[in-house]
Amino acid sequence: MIAVAAGTNRIDPYLIPALDGVAYGLLVFVAASGLVFCFGVANILNLAHGMLYAIGGYTAAALLDGGWASLALALGVGVLAAAAAGVLLAGLLTPVATGNHLTQALLTFGVALAGGSLLVAGFGPDDPQVQVPAALDGSVVVAGHRYAAYRLVFIVVAAVIAAGLYLAVRRTRAGMLIRAAVDDAEMVACMGVSPARIRAGVLAAAGALAGAAGVLGAPIIGPGTDTADTVLLLSLVVVVLGGLGSMAGTLLAALAIGEIQTLGVALLPSAAPFLLFAAMAAVLAVRARGFATSRRVT
Amino acid sequence: MRDELIRRARGAVAALVLAGLVVAPWVVDDYTAAILARTLALGLVGVSVALLTGVAGMPTLGQTAPYAAGAYACAVLGSQISDVGVVQVAVAAGAGAVLAALTVPLVVPARGLIVLMITLAIGELVVTVLGRWRSVTGGTDGLAGITPVRPFWGLPVLATDQARYLYTLVVVATLVGAVLLLLRTRFGLLLRAGRDDETRLRASGHRVPLHLSGAHITAGAIAGAAGSLLVVAQQYISPADFGFDTSALLLLGVVIGGTASVGGALVGAALVIAVRDWLFGVLPGHAPLVLGALFVATVYLLPTGVNRVRGPRGRLRPPAAPPSRPDAPAARDHVTVPELRA
Repeated sequence: MIAVAAGTNRIDPYLIPALDGVAYGLLVFVAASGLVFCFGVANILNLAHGMLYAIGGYTAAALLDGGWASLALALGVGVLAAAAAGVLLAGLLTPVATGNHLTQALLTFGVALAGGSLLVAGFGPDDPQVQVPAALDGSVVVAGHRYAAYRLVFIVVAAVIAAGLYLAVRRTRAGMLIRAAVDDAEMVACMGVSPARIRAGVLAAAGALAGAAGVLGAPIIGPGTDTADTVLLLSLVVVVLGGLGSMAGTLLAALAIGEIQTLGVALLPSAAPFLLFAAMAAVLAVRARGFATSRRVT
Repeated sequence: MRDELIRRARGAVAALVLAGLVVAPWVVDDYTAAILARTLALGLVGVSVALLTGVAGMPTLGQTAPYAAGAYACAVLGSQISDVGVVQVAVAAGAGAVLAALTVPLVVPARGLIVLMITLAIGELVVTVLGRWRSVTGGTDGLAGITPVRPFWGLPVLATDQARYLYTLVVVATLVGAVLLLLRTRFGLLLRAGRDDETRLRASGHRVPLHLSGAHITAGAIAGAAGSLLVVAQQYISPADFGFDTSALLLLGVVIGGTASVGGALVGAALVIAVRDWLFGVLPGHAPLVLGALFVATVYLLPTGVNRVRGPRGRLRPPAAPPSRPDAPAARDHVTVPELRA
């Protein structure tokens, strides 16, 4: 044991940030996967995505009281509320569905502004405290370090969500419709599936994912006035880095961003401000040609 | 008929706003003059957004990035080099152009919605860097104590808000004039042609990416110059000036102004920013709610001219405007969605 400890001494101080990075990355992945659907299927740049996450976060802060029942209740309410907000957004987008992406993006931005303002009006301008279930409030020992139990459980839960998402897209009828709509939306419409219904379904699913991320991730990226912006930026960077539509790529990018935000800051504190930028620049510069060709081929 | 009405209304509003801008410093108080000067600087950023979005067909949400680069370059470097405004504008424009040039490989190969996403990410990342790079930018506290500027060698320093406003107005007018001239050249023609039919232009041997890179760098330089004007107008800068909401407001202003019209962009952006400042003044607390509702309402009320673009598969909807106005239709929308690979 002592020999092992001596051997791991060099990586030892970085173990906890690395684990934090995994939790952070999985959280960003669950949040960003909704944005991937919006972008890939409905072809909408949803600037209100961060607000959907904030709905979940505020629900968690309001409902959690330290018990398991409150966690289940918060999860249910948060997911439903955020999904309903997604459907509302889809309804608002219907009149401009034939318009261009510019006006659609601007519309979602207006909704984000108004929704964010309503959230602050409803829950107050201060960042609320989030109470995790009492059983998970302590810390556990991981390789000789104390680590928050909640985050460890969160890693498992988020991994389960990610796996479920993969199976849902791959195996279920709804997932097939989503993939079909990405490949050829007009053909799906010809088969009798209304594009408006697909748009509403996708935005609801995106809302549900963002809401779930918001409730479960509230102890990690807590609700507050700038939560929506933070989550939107992180999701956007992850979606772009992950190859704009690839689920596996999005997961990898989310984990990379998580590590950059935690391990990177621990390793290179002076370069911390530029790490996110550098990562995005590096990946995009390598992939730029790939984007260009995929655009012309499809 | 509706389009015709809207075009006339646009013309009337533009004339009114421009006339108001010129007589403003003699009519309004110091505080309003300072706010107006800042609005003008943002209007100039709006012009750069229009250049990219409407003329070149690259919808952007990230022009706050070169704008911020210009402002900070002016505040940190420019004020040490010289107190002459022209030099500072040049330094700021250079910084904006350098940042735009650095991001060319990220932006230029993409089209449509993807440009929107990438530019937004770039803009947000620049704001993050500004907030965290404390030793140079002062972090979120911002930079104050900007040294006064003299417009040209031998002229007195700008001591009053009126003087700063007039300086901003002159610089903005000069740069907008330069952009209008540029768009009348062969370069402007090629940009519009690339927006309307890129494949055709490539087939006849034109290097469209090169034109787009040129447009991106030019727009970066304009936004950078606007950053220097913001420093003069506001005497203080912080990352909050370059947030993502600013980009969205500018884009809305440009869309209202007619996307491809430079004057329209200036007026539209100035109007939107003025409405925001006014709302935050009269309705503290609820301003974002009203602003968001206005956003939604504006998008619904926008004339069909904005929506009259090519569909995602390149179908050309019949233009309602006479073909003698080649810049009437809005941004190209060539995006094809990449596969969703699960």
